[in-house]
Amino acid sequence: MGASQTRSEHKHQHLADETGFSLEQVKNLHKRFQQLSGNEETIRELLDSVPALANNPIRKQIIEAFFDKRNQHHDEVGTCEEIGFEQFLMVMSHFRPPTLKTTVEEKEAMRREKLRFLFNMHDTDNDGTITLAEYRKVVEELLSKSGDIGQEAAKAIADAAMLEVASTNVPHMAPEDFYEGITFEHFEQILKGLEMETRMHIRFLDVGTTTMACGKSTS
Amino acid sequence: MCEPRAARRSAAGPPLTGFVCVLLLVCVSVASASLDVGNNETRRTAAAETAEDPHHPTNSTGLKKAFPVLALNYDYVRKPFEIALWILLALLMKLGFHIIPRVSNVVPESCLLIGVGLLVGGIIRAIREEAPVLNTELFFLYLLPPIILDAGYFLPIRAFTENMGTILVFAVVGTLWNAFFIGGMIFGVCQIEGAQLAGVDLLSCLLFGTIVSAVDPVAVLAVFEEIHINELLYILVFGESLLNDAVTVVLYHLFEEFSHAGTVTVADAFLGIACFFVVSLGGIMVGAIYGLLGAFTSRFTSHTRVIEPLFVFLYSYMAYLSAEVFHLSGIMSLIACGVTMRPYVEANVSHKSYTTIKYFMKMWSSVSETLIFIFLGVSTVAGPHAWNWTFVILTVVLCLVSRVLGVIGLTYIINKFRIVKLTKKDQFIMAYGGLRGAIAFSLGFLLTDDNEMKSMFLTAIITVIFFTVIVQGMTIRPLVELLAVKRKNESKGSINEEIHTQFLDHLLTGIEDVCGHYGHHHWKDKLNRFNKTYVKRWLIAGERSTEPQLISFYNKMEMKQAMMLVESGSAARPPTHASSVSMQNIQPRESARGRAIPSISKSREQEIRKVLRGHLQNTRQRLRSYSRHDLLVDPFEDHVSEVRFRKQRVEMERRMSHYLTVPANRQETPAVRKVCFEPEHRVYTYDDGESPRGRAAQPRPGPADGVSLVSESPPGLGARGPDQEQEVQEEKEEQEEQDQLKLSRCLSDPGPNHNKEEEE
Repeated sequence: MGASQTRSEHKHQHLADETGFSLEQVKNLHKRFQQLSGNEETIRELLDSVPALANNPIRKQIIEAFFDKRNQHHDEVGTCEEIGFEQFLMVMSHFRPPTLKTTVEEKEAMRREKLRFLFNMHDTDNDGTITLAEYRKVVEELLSKSGDIGQEAAKAIADAAMLEVASTNVPHMAPEDFYEGITFEHFEQILKGLEMETRMHIRFLDVGTTTMACGKSTS
Repeated sequence: MCEPRAARRSAAGPPLTGFVCVLLLVCVSVASASLDVGNNETRRTAAAETAEDPHHPTNSTGLKKAFPVLALNYDYVRKPFEIALWILLALLMKLGFHIIPRVSNVVPESCLLIGVGLLVGGIIRAIREEAPVLNTELFFLYLLPPIILDAGYFLPIRAFTENMGTILVFAVVGTLWNAFFIGGMIFGVCQIEGAQLAGVDLLSCLLFGTIVSAVDPVAVLAVFEEIHINELLYILVFGESLLNDAVTVVLYHLFEEFSHAGTVTVADAFLGIACFFVVSLGGIMVGAIYGLLGAFTSRFTSHTRVIEPLFVFLYSYMAYLSAEVFHLSGIMSLIACGVTMRPYVEANVSHKSYTTIKYFMKMWSSVSETLIFIFLGVSTVAGPHAWNWTFVILTVVLCLVSRVLGVIGLTYIINKFRIVKLTKKDQFIMAYGGLRGAIAFSLGFLLTDDNEMKSMFLTAIITVIFFTVIVQGMTIRPLVELLAVKRKNESKGSINEEIHTQFLDHLLTGIEDVCGHYGHHHWKDKLNRFNKTYVKRWLIAGERSTEPQLISFYNKMEMKQAMMLVESGSAARPPTHASSVSMQNIQPRESARGRAIPSISKSREQEIRKVLRGHLQNTRQRLRSYSRHDLLVDPFEDHVSEVRFRKQRVEMERRMSHYLTVPANRQETPAVRKVCFEPEHRVYTYDDGESPRGRAAQPRPGPADGVSLVSESPPGLGARGPDQEQEVQEEKEEQEEQDQLKLSRCLSDPGPNHNKEEEE
């Protein structure tokens, strides 16, 4: 018992160093992982274990992001069937906030990483660009929970948004030119004002609290 | 070398001299008005007496006074006249500062206004007249509410709620710390010091500490407005200045009550804490109730658009006054009212009303702010002063010290709970931005006269105010630049940012759910859903109640673009972006089916069309009757701007056709938005190809002599008029389409012909 304890401690420490979480946070996330996976080694699907996700309009994309190999930073593509704790933690590490000690370069790197995560969520066919069809899908999903607005509005909004990206990044296009899609650089450019590193984060608890137990359906 | 300088001086000369003349004139008239009062009084009573006596005899004897052709009765209009004169003076000052650019870059406006107030006060003092003082009633009931309403209505909600914890800690704990530290230290030093200060007891000191410790929203707004600091710092300092009102009110009343009694027991302290909760939560509740009432009222104002802005102002003012009745925090009530009311009112009111609300609020708050600072200056000259070197210097130093210590200490604690920590630079700006202002002065003025230290307190308060506003206000801008503090990034509305803000909200909520804890996003999401399901249905009229936020944003932007197109000045230049990218570049070439122009909901489109039509309609078809309660454009003005708008029409036409897909494909996509116009008679129509099987040109019934291609359209179309029903007879559709395509093909060529045609 003691040996396995220290072994998992080591593993947690190793993971903590790799992803940037603190040891406490890793432990808490591990507990949560075990809740979600039903005490098994891997998670196969998330939708049933997290009932609150049912209200979320983009739940599909969120779940896919967990199983997306691109978010694991191993230069692989495709989707996994199941994810282990390491992969789970890797995805979660995209949502860490900057600390007081983060330097300016580190903040830049963090921002790119978060933007990359978002980009991967949109670019479902992994061709390096977000095409109009993909962007339309994104807006459709966003509006899916908000009543029967219909396809037209979503298309209109996506078109206008695409037009905006194109005109900001490539201002002078001849009428015959065709804007293929939003590349990662253009994506960065258009979302520069949002300051991702300070917006895209959630609070990871340092201490294990009973709130972690809320919201679980399986045990 | 001397030439341009001389030229510049002469260029600034005329407006400057003109301004100085007006200024002198106004000052003289103010002075003379005050003088006149005295004279008029005596003259009137004397005249009345002498008039009485001869009046009776004249009736009987028949001797008549000559009928007075010109008479002077200043008394009748005295009060409104003086008020109007003061406001005029204030605004002329404001105007003047912006004519002299060099001064306004160095010195913030508030300092200049205080200076002017000092000057005017000095003038009035010199002619030995009674100057109007910034008394409490004037300040709290008339001058302060517009500023707070303006701030509360346009409060950036997202930033405010995200930093709510920090703001509350600073407002409550920070103010308490300031009050007790300053009060306690002053008491201590006074006991040690000379005999003249020994009469200051602890409670008076604590009262004084309370008054002088509160950060003032008016001063903060006045100074921070000009330095354009980043949103986080702005909301932290400004939010603190708003929310500390509750603490100030409670402490002030507590200490004032007990400075008569003499002692404070522990029970009183507990009552004080309970009072704090009552004051703040009660204030918020009162504000929220009035806000909901206002939102509900605005749901029914679709037929009386003219009075819509008044509802917003009146409900908010009532909220403030109602809170003041119960000694609740009026400021918090006003903020709560504005914040609650805003999303629903904005969804309900017309565009014109929205603009009116915005501009009136800005106007009133601007006037109020100017008046406050001028009156501060005047009151300084007028008020009873008792200068005590030790006391005053001590107060100023203690204010600074306690602020710095408070900020550092609290930030240390807060940073443990914040995700995005506050850096040292942030802390410095927060400490330095803790300005005191007119609220402190008015509270000091409110002190009952039997408090013998009152004049000394007032002097010290005024010194602190002057110090913070003038010294700190002037130096904060160079300091901000020196420390390279992040500035506000001016971003116009971007649909991409809006999409991704929403996307992020949902994403973070989802990740929080996966993580398993109920964080910030979870509760926000719950609130939004509650709002959407229950509240919006009651408070927003019509179909807008189910409109998701993204679509509202998008529609707002479309509206803005339409307005800009119509109202932009020159015809040569396309309004917004310099890029030549259009829909053609984005649509994949294979799909000819996609609509080129985005479609929006019908009612929205009606609104946009109304806006466009309002500018472009034939004047003959307009109502000729004049009604004071209608907002109709003056026919002459309309005529004059017709030509201008016609030019823009051409431009718009050009832009729109640029967006259209190639005409050859139009067989499959009849959904084409077209504009047709007759050169002779300025009848413009704007079709509504909203439905997928929509039709093209919809010519309006023009005048008889309007000969053009348009009138050759099949009569069936004209009869159907503006209502777009989906039920188009199948057999007619084909025929129509062919006609329309012919028409549109003739008229759609955006080449140089249009210009020539138009210029004839």
